[in-house]
Amino acid sequence: MSGPALRLALEIDGDGAHPAAWRRAAHSPDHLLSPRRVARVAADAENAGFTLLTLDDGALPPGAGPDAVGRIGAVERAAFIAASTSVVGIAPVVPLTYAEPFHVSSQLASLDHISVGRAGWVVSEEARQEAASVWGRPLVDGAAARARESRDGVEVVRDLWDSWEDDAVIRSVATSRYLDRDRLHYIDFTGDTYTVKGPAIVPRPPQGQLVVLGRPDRVPGDLLDIALVDGRDLAAVTASASAAGTPRTFAEVEIALDTAAATAEERVADLERHAPWSDRGRLRHIGSAAGLAALLGELRDVVDGVRLHPLVLDEDLPELSRLVLPHLFERRHALRPLPAATLRTHLGLDRPANRYAAAAAQEEAR
Amino acid sequence: MTRTDPLDVPRPDAQLHFGVFFQGVNHWTVWSDPASGSQIDPANFRRVAQTAERGLFDAFFLGEGLRLREVDGRIHDLDVAGRPDAITQLAALAAVTDRVGLVSTSNTTFNEPADLARRLSGLDLLSEGRAGWNVVTTDNAWTGANFRRGGYLDHADRYRRAEEFLTVARALWDGWTDGAVSDSAGAPAWAAPDAVRQVRHQGPQFDVDLAPTLPRSAQGHPVIFQAGDSGEGRDFAARNADVIFSAHGNDFDDALAFADDLRARLRAVGRPEDDLRILPGTEIIIGATEEEALEKKRWIRFQQVTPQPRWVSPDCCGASTSPAATPTDRCPRRTRSSPRTTVPSARGGSPTPAKSSPNGGRRPTPTDGRCARPSSRSAPSAAMSAPRRPWRTSSPTSSGTARSTASTSRRT
Repeated sequence: MSGPALRLALEIDGDGAHPAAWRRAAHSPDHLLSPRRVARVAADAENAGFTLLTLDDGALPPGAGPDAVGRIGAVERAAFIAASTSVVGIAPVVPLTYAEPFHVSSQLASLDHISVGRAGWVVSEEARQEAASVWGRPLVDGAAARARESRDGVEVVRDLWDSWEDDAVIRSVATSRYLDRDRLHYIDFTGDTYTVKGPAIVPRPPQGQLVVLGRPDRVPGDLLDIALVDGRDLAAVTASASAAGTPRTFAEVEIALDTAAATAEERVADLERHAPWSDRGRLRHIGSAAGLAALLGELRDVVDGVRLHPLVLDEDLPELSRLVLPHLFERRHALRPLPAATLRTHLGLDRPANRYAAAAAQEEAR
Repeated sequence: MTRTDPLDVPRPDAQLHFGVFFQGVNHWTVWSDPASGSQIDPANFRRVAQTAERGLFDAFFLGEGLRLREVDGRIHDLDVAGRPDAITQLAALAAVTDRVGLVSTSNTTFNEPADLARRLSGLDLLSEGRAGWNVVTTDNAWTGANFRRGGYLDHADRYRRAEEFLTVARALWDGWTDGAVSDSAGAPAWAAPDAVRQVRHQGPQFDVDLAPTLPRSAQGHPVIFQAGDSGEGRDFAARNADVIFSAHGNDFDDALAFADDLRARLRAVGRPEDDLRILPGTEIIIGATEEEALEKKRWIRFQQVTPQPRWVSPDCCGASTSPAATPTDRCPRRTRSSPRTTVPSARGGSPTPAKSSPNGGRRPTPTDGRCARPSSRSAPSAAMSAPRRPWRTSSPTSSGTARSTASTSRRT
């Protein structure tokens, strides 16, 4: 049956989705944080045909005890990757539980300029209490308070992206004006816990608004472009996706594939000796490349895309690249991104009108 | 003063360090010139950084301002505004350069140490030890209106905060012992179990308790730059900085006096007097002949003047570390500290310090809303007949002038 084509996203943080993934990585631990390694994983994923790369992050180091692992900030890695790739979209995870939305807005808008319109943003939360003492800020206590900080923060960031109209820079030599100040806007945001004045210090991003991804149960649907939906089986994913209320939905899929050296089951069992691969209520495929391709084929009628979380990048990415993605592209079950297009274009999302320009035009029409 | 014989210096073998500021946001950029190009296009940042690297510059700098400048409560519209976040842009440049230093101007008042120290560590690791941090502070509530933290720090407190900030940042950068991360694939742990030290700090400004997330870079810490000029600012630099940007690059004796003063302060805090690199701001205008360079200078000066009020404010920026943006972005009453302009000719001969124009050749600039007090004096209007653009080469940098910083040669 021919259905819609999926867009494929890949989470590339660390050595893989399993907390002990580094033990099966094809390199020693001290190479994980090297620029060569960061660039190589991104280049491999771009060549494989992924539309979007995501980079997990948080104030606290990933892993625990003997599996504690270093991690470079996702925005810095994303910017580095943007300059060493040309087609693939890049979305760092940035939590807003404690961060300054003004800085986050500047960083992400800059990432979109640097990547010439290939940037996204995965909104997340700092759920662990220790994060408050990392930031030196009062604890944001409880799920409701964290959701409030995400909601207010995303609103501020989105307002700031629109606080410059696209044509604010006029370079009027005759009048000596670089800017038309009427095309810049104070956002005057007032939330539950803080206010932000604006306008931004970075001009409007090339995409107008970056592609914003998040969990629909944690961020209001009207603030998201893509809902990242959980669910242990197709029925659960279908239910979550249809309730999301966002322009696009991506299913979260954890994967471990058979390789020439070991079956997927054996690879998982090997890592489970060191740490558990905790169940986050997501689809999980442990098995053959063909089985994964079949599962993804079925997901076409349920969601617009998938985000894959490989057990170990160095083992699973070659299998994805060699077997799974070509299978999907041959059958038009998934789309490869094309050069010289924005991430929004790859996702079939329009470039949004500027909220302030639209308001001003309405005012003028009266 | 002028030195005509390049060998008539106390240490003829002394070497200079050169850095270059990407211009953009300030009054220097002649944006009306077609060669000035886009101030946000990543290709321009890449070109300037790669050109600097090819020219063996030590460092490429980006400034920062956390609120758009205003005049009388309205957004200042005459100069370039809008630029990328410095660390984010530099992380991208780390991927397309190999040797040049990447220095971010980042504010201690409106950041938190764990976050900023980690971002700088990331830049340092991605560039394999090429990161620098130009430490700046802000003392106005006006900028704070963009932050959840909000609020106002008075002048003394912002230095205290900056100093405490650096203390925490250094503890984080030193949180992992060297060689902490395993270099063998079959190691029992990713990092040695006792290699990461928890950082606990309780002070008037910060109360944090955390495990640093990153190992040390190839250079240990990012290089600390600072641009203090008040007594307090110079003391801050003497205690904390590796490099100081000096605004005393306009007059040789003044530059030496500044260097002597800094060295005395270094001795006073127990540091060797050559422990701090001094980089005075210098503007370089290049022409095929000296005459052409001088003509170009006149043209650039004229272009840098636009009709706007002159800024006078007794409480403005007088002793700030570096108020709104780059260390060059200061209030006009400090004209004495305007950069030295040298006009080298492409045919050789020694660089000749040019005569300063009446206000040091600087167009008055607003630095933030607290400075916004126009006087009755107006600069010439752009309607005046302008000198014609006297040369036809396209400029190698975004502004028609290259601004760089160079360290003074040590006086023996």
